[in-house]
Amino acid sequence: MLLRHTPKEITERSALTINPAKTCQPIGAMYAALGIHGCLPHSHGSQGCCAYHRSALTRHYKEPVMAATSSFTEGASVFGGQANLVQAIDNIFTIYEPEVIAVHTTCLSETIGDDIPQITRKAEADGKIPEGKYVIHVNTPSYVGTHVTGFANMTKAMVDYFAESTGHKIDQINIVPGYVEPSDMEEIKRIAAMMGVRVVMFPDTSKVLNRPQTGKYEMFPEGGVTVEALKTTGDSLATIGLGRLASGPAAQALDTKCNVPCEILDLPIGFKATDRFVDTLRKTLGITVPDIINNERGQLLDIITDMHQYFYGKKVALAGDPDHLIAMTEFLVSIDMWPIHIVTGTSGKKFESRIREITKDSPYPINVKAPGDMFLLHQWIKNEPVDLLMGNTYMKYIARDEDIPLIRMGFPILDRIGHSYFPIVGYRGGMRLLEKILDAILDRQDRDAPEESFELVM
Amino acid sequence: MKALNENIPIETEQIDPQEVKQELLRKYPTKVARKRAKQIIVNKVAEEQEMQEIGANTRTIPGIITQRGCTYAGCKGVIMGPTRDIVNITHGPIGCGFYSWLTRRNQTRPDGPEDENFMTYCFSTDMQEENIVFGGEKKLRAAIQEAYDLFKPKAISIFSTCPVGLIGDDVHSVAREMKEELGINIFGFSCEGYKGVSQSAGHHIANNGIFKNVVGLNDNVKEGKYKINLLGEYNIGGDAFEIDRILNDCEITVVSTFSGNSTYDQFANAHTADLNTIMCHRSINYVAEMMETKFGIPWIKINFIGAEATAKTLRKIANYFENEELKQRVEEVIAREMPEVIKVRDEVRARCEGKVAMLFVGGSRAHHYQELFKEIGMKTISAGYEFAHRDDYEGRTVLPSIKVDADSRNIEELEIHPDPERFRPRKTNEQLKKLQDEGFRFKDYDGMMREMSDRSLVIDDISQYESEQLIEIYKPAIFCAGIKEKFAIQKKGIPMKQLHSYDSGGPYAGFRGAINFYREIDRMVNSKIWKSIKAPWQESPELAAKYACD
Repeated sequence: MLLRHTPKEITERSALTINPAKTCQPIGAMYAALGIHGCLPHSHGSQGCCAYHRSALTRHYKEPVMAATSSFTEGASVFGGQANLVQAIDNIFTIYEPEVIAVHTTCLSETIGDDIPQITRKAEADGKIPEGKYVIHVNTPSYVGTHVTGFANMTKAMVDYFAESTGHKIDQINIVPGYVEPSDMEEIKRIAAMMGVRVVMFPDTSKVLNRPQTGKYEMFPEGGVTVEALKTTGDSLATIGLGRLASGPAAQALDTKCNVPCEILDLPIGFKATDRFVDTLRKTLGITVPDIINNERGQLLDIITDMHQYFYGKKVALAGDPDHLIAMTEFLVSIDMWPIHIVTGTSGKKFESRIREITKDSPYPINVKAPGDMFLLHQWIKNEPVDLLMGNTYMKYIARDEDIPLIRMGFPILDRIGHSYFPIVGYRGGMRLLEKILDAILDRQDRDAPEESFELVM
Repeated sequence: MKALNENIPIETEQIDPQEVKQELLRKYPTKVARKRAKQIIVNKVAEEQEMQEIGANTRTIPGIITQRGCTYAGCKGVIMGPTRDIVNITHGPIGCGFYSWLTRRNQTRPDGPEDENFMTYCFSTDMQEENIVFGGEKKLRAAIQEAYDLFKPKAISIFSTCPVGLIGDDVHSVAREMKEELGINIFGFSCEGYKGVSQSAGHHIANNGIFKNVVGLNDNVKEGKYKINLLGEYNIGGDAFEIDRILNDCEITVVSTFSGNSTYDQFANAHTADLNTIMCHRSINYVAEMMETKFGIPWIKINFIGAEATAKTLRKIANYFENEELKQRVEEVIAREMPEVIKVRDEVRARCEGKVAMLFVGGSRAHHYQELFKEIGMKTISAGYEFAHRDDYEGRTVLPSIKVDADSRNIEELEIHPDPERFRPRKTNEQLKKLQDEGFRFKDYDGMMREMSDRSLVIDDISQYESEQLIEIYKPAIFCAGIKEKFAIQKKGIPMKQLHSYDSGGPYAGFRGAINFYREIDRMVNSKIWKSIKAPWQESPELAAKYACD
């Protein structure tokens, strides 16, 4: 057994986290910053943070992930990181020539209390920031929140630094897509385009972290939201934030700063949440939903009705981020599956009550914890087994020990591809999820069926 | 004098490395260029006293995109990570523990289903803001208690992350108290990420900790005639399993491996071995030095990367034990293994001969892997380490002249004395002298530069920018580095082999490992796919209106 020391009996833990269902803020900030065109993320701390974040993102996306670091040594930790950051800004603009440097802090620079805006002003006064280039920043202490918080904070920083309201409204809306895959961002844009809506999406990692092989490497690829587009977000008609935790702060900041009204929705995973997204676009802009979208929705519903017998009553355990888990739980319940163990490392009282609301008709008791860890999730599973697991790659250890199929979802996915190319949001994303769920369940049925009831037609 | 760049493609041969060096530095601000110039050396094959000096183990310049990681990564991730039965608790915010959780491909094989294995777990105190403000010692103490209650391990170790040192948590006193209270071995590492200039500082801290707290605690002597420790072998992709297989066939007993596939007890009785053999000089030479002083165990540099190197290493170990039976056994094993190696090597060489490789990785692998490339006729024209010191480049003769700077001074140097009961010289002075007269060398590491050809470029702590320029200029057949470099290189249409984690491959050590590596490189450099990157209409964009109407 790979997790041979995990006991069935659950004991209270107050200090030791085992097998976390989260990681730290800065990586979320780095991911978000990669969704700005021409931006080099910068980690203000010791080298290891940057190396770890780049490695984790690279293993997940199988794509170049560039970011710089202030390379703190003991001296900088004692005397402050000003000299390091000023020098870094100079070097980055000279050597790598980005349009934007997006600085995020770390537990190290937060603990010593480095003031990034003050250091940036010093760099500017020293002439280290070329005309027309930008240095933005966000505070992302690793001991507060999680990677989701870091994503939300960096996304909000894009509003704080760039959004302007000129008084002239532009016929466009802002979409903050949430901490989702580049493929999901692409799909959300595709849905909006089918409805004829002009969108500024930020951040936007499509064409950054799912690029083609062309034989050429460009440090700053085609994708990402441009600074010009970010500036116009203050003049947009409305903002839709997808995923309360990841997108709420940026959407609200635009409302506060530029009076752009915002609507915060769940991630459009599953038909119900996608319905709400599409309907919000329809109502906000007073437009008709085109047939092509009705057709996609119909195809998704068709799969559910065709294959309902295989979904019905199956129990699921999930780990991941709150925004994903809420939408996914709703989707599973809507097709008569029963999510019974749900854990996230990101805290939030609202999360628990939302999950309880969604699962209130469940015939099973629901285990939900935020923050909890995968060690606890595994113990729950040992006490009440499930038919299916959904979560990141680390869940494959539980999957193997308990012999339960796993559908990979969330971050990080280190051992499979597809997530960066094929979405799970929207109606087509829903179809892809159903295909995955059915493959997992039916493969298992084929494996375990007695020979006489091994089915050709399923 | 070695032959000059035999088999190198003419285009590569005509490139002037001095000009390349200038090109790499051209875009840098003056101060950066000055510093980097010391770390980029055009190699000259020369006599010992004329060895060029390379800048190494110095700070990475802020803002330069580097391959390097931190002290915590070197201590927890590299050295202590591969030991399966110690509960390793990261004291800090969640990230550090999370990122070092199972990501290095160091394999372990417990003895049975009941044997302890905590490597699949991640343990962290997950420090929150209140712990940073009011101190985290209380939470650490509680976390140790909870780990003990759940798992009853034989040992628990604690790894400090950046904020721990800054807020002044004393992990060592917590460890001492809890050790007393729980009656198991508990020890801490002050391996905050900001210490030192790279992972290398973390290796040293781990070496010190394991030596101080574990080595020498168990005097049980393992059976076996020829007992060695294997130091600096981390069992990436199963390397240590292949090495164990070969040594086992030679009837050489491995008392402990530092630290691939290792256990706490192996460390505890490492001092009962009769020879320390070092694979990765950079990460582990400290333990070997300390064991020699305290227990009288001599050490030698060995290398199991490359079939020829493996054979040489086996002969060297046999010579140390001065036993004819062992020497004969070793020859038998080599004779048994080599035919298959040669068969595959020759087959692969026919397709790889003359191709060019670049290696930028680690503290020893950029050197060791040149052997494997050489065996299939490929030439390393540029190489460098990520976190090595000058001795790894220039050889240990340079040690007395290395200046200890402020960053190195931060790392504790343990004062070691012979153990009053356990010190036992393994050879008499006469025996040592005789061996040395016969050409046997102890504590021998000549470094990478001596074994590289004239005009090759040696680059320490290479940056992203420099890597890109090098590739543009030389267009190597393969580039070897780590995961962060991999996809930028491959986007340029050049295959990139990870030599930290081996991508998904391995083992590459020993005889079977050599075969695996030949085949892997053959697969990569001769893959058809690189020729298909352009679509037909991109290859020949001219329009031919074949079906146009008249």
